[in-house]
Amino acid sequence: MATHYADSEAERASDVASPLIYRTKLPVRIWHWINAWSIFVMLMSGMMIFNAHPRLYWGQYGANPDHPWLVIGHRGTSGFLSVGGLEIATTGFLGYAQGAAYAFPPMVTIPTTYSLADARQWHFAFAWVLLISATLFMAYNLLSGHLRRDLALKREERSIAHLWHDIKEHAQLRFPTGEAARAYNPLQKIAYLGVLFGLIPVVILTGCTMSPTLNAAFPLLAELFGGRPSARSIHFLCATGFALFIVVHLLAVVLAGPFNELRSIITGWYRLPKERSK
Amino acid sequence: MSKDHSSGIIMPSPAPTSLVTRRNALVGGAGLLLAGCDQINASPTVKSLLGLGEKATHGAQRLVTDRNALAREFSRAEMSPVFRQNGNQNPGTTEYNALAANNFADWTLSVDGMVKQPIRLSLAQLMAAPRRTQITRHDCVEGWSAIGEWSGVPLGLLLRRAGMSGNAKYVVFHCADSTGGIPYYESIDMIDAFHPQTILATHMNGAPLTVGHGAPLRLRVERQLGYKQAKYVMRVEAVASLDGIHGGKGGYWEDHRGYQWFAGI
Repeated sequence: MATHYADSEAERASDVASPLIYRTKLPVRIWHWINAWSIFVMLMSGMMIFNAHPRLYWGQYGANPDHPWLVIGHRGTSGFLSVGGLEIATTGFLGYAQGAAYAFPPMVTIPTTYSLADARQWHFAFAWVLLISATLFMAYNLLSGHLRRDLALKREERSIAHLWHDIKEHAQLRFPTGEAARAYNPLQKIAYLGVLFGLIPVVILTGCTMSPTLNAAFPLLAELFGGRPSARSIHFLCATGFALFIVVHLLAVVLAGPFNELRSIITGWYRLPKERSK
Repeated sequence: MSKDHSSGIIMPSPAPTSLVTRRNALVGGAGLLLAGCDQINASPTVKSLLGLGEKATHGAQRLVTDRNALAREFSRAEMSPVFRQNGNQNPGTTEYNALAANNFADWTLSVDGMVKQPIRLSLAQLMAAPRRTQITRHDCVEGWSAIGEWSGVPLGLLLRRAGMSGNAKYVVFHCADSTGGIPYYESIDMIDAFHPQTILATHMNGAPLTVGHGAPLRLRVERQLGYKQAKYVMRVEAVASLDGIHGGKGGYWEDHRGYQWFAGI
């Protein structure tokens, strides 16, 4: 009983210093989880598709006799990654891992055993989930004011000095507290805007550019990206961008307090971190 | 003080032992998860759900694209220096070898099925027919692309000559090659069959097709992926349904490896 009393006492005290606020609206939470799942399926099935031809090219054509700018391959049981002629040994991670000579190891691909056909079924089914949910979320962003109010950089945030300050704070793992934590911080906004207006549209468009049917109907597509092999390269770079985003995003969640962050993206409720004493 | 930015909801820090357990649980969990993933992948329900995506892609592409839109044609200067050979590279049967040895002089193409007047054409007759030459990009399902010049008879011309029945919905290409005793075949719908760039090619890069590239005749259906470009075509059949043909899914890769019939992306 006594313990319980003390707990609620402490809770009441913390409610004043750091109140629970309703921060993440339902559409944002729904989209976040649908998008998170589809991105994971897309990355994992995409890695299997890449395994079918683990070479990337620039230009209008690109096949085995041509010069690739990126190769993930193996010599015997040694895996390597070659980028622009620079070769890195990657045995155990890429090229050769878990006893399998594939660019990406079975651990990270859908399905785990080689099947280009199955991976394509997953990839193109979830491409629809990604496309439809991103389109609806984009409409929500514009219509609800979420974009203007929460995502767009405020006037004072648009200065180099302000951003530099934010970068330094992040580098020291000092995240906003108190009232400042009600809103996304500038680097966070830039990361989210980069995903919404950069990675997602470009990954969808470069994906479409790999379709010979869509190429015929919309010749501008392939021209925009400099050819189908180039579009495939950019598609892969976008995927790398998503992977990097996920790493940084999850790291930020862990560092900022995983319980509070998870509660916020599941229920919408977020406890404002107590104002840091200066 | 500055470390305390996550406020009152700090979780109890786990003792080192529980960390190890958690890590083991994670590794074990990953194994289970992988096994689970493969089980999900094999489930017929999941397969049919994923198939909805394929249907949506097919429907949407037909909906938003001009059915007669032409695939881009390139100049000779833009061609791949070396055009990679792929798939079966020689049917290797006694029958085919005999035809090849005689430069396909005894070879004939049959156009039959749901047509008013089945026709049989020799290579010489095909060569004398009106031709189309196009420099196009070949896109393999694996992800590579190669640009080459193809020359041959528009498929629509042959189908019109034979007099297609109005009930025919697909055109099936029966081929001389096989994999592990299973014959190669492919099929396309009428939209692609009558597309101006859909040709039965006798020539590639200005020379008669080599055996590696499908001599004496291969299909070019320029808005589809590589596995639809049937090589060693022996017979063209118009059908109302793909059901009774081989595995019923419209092609070797579709029947045996689960590839999509509409290879639109």
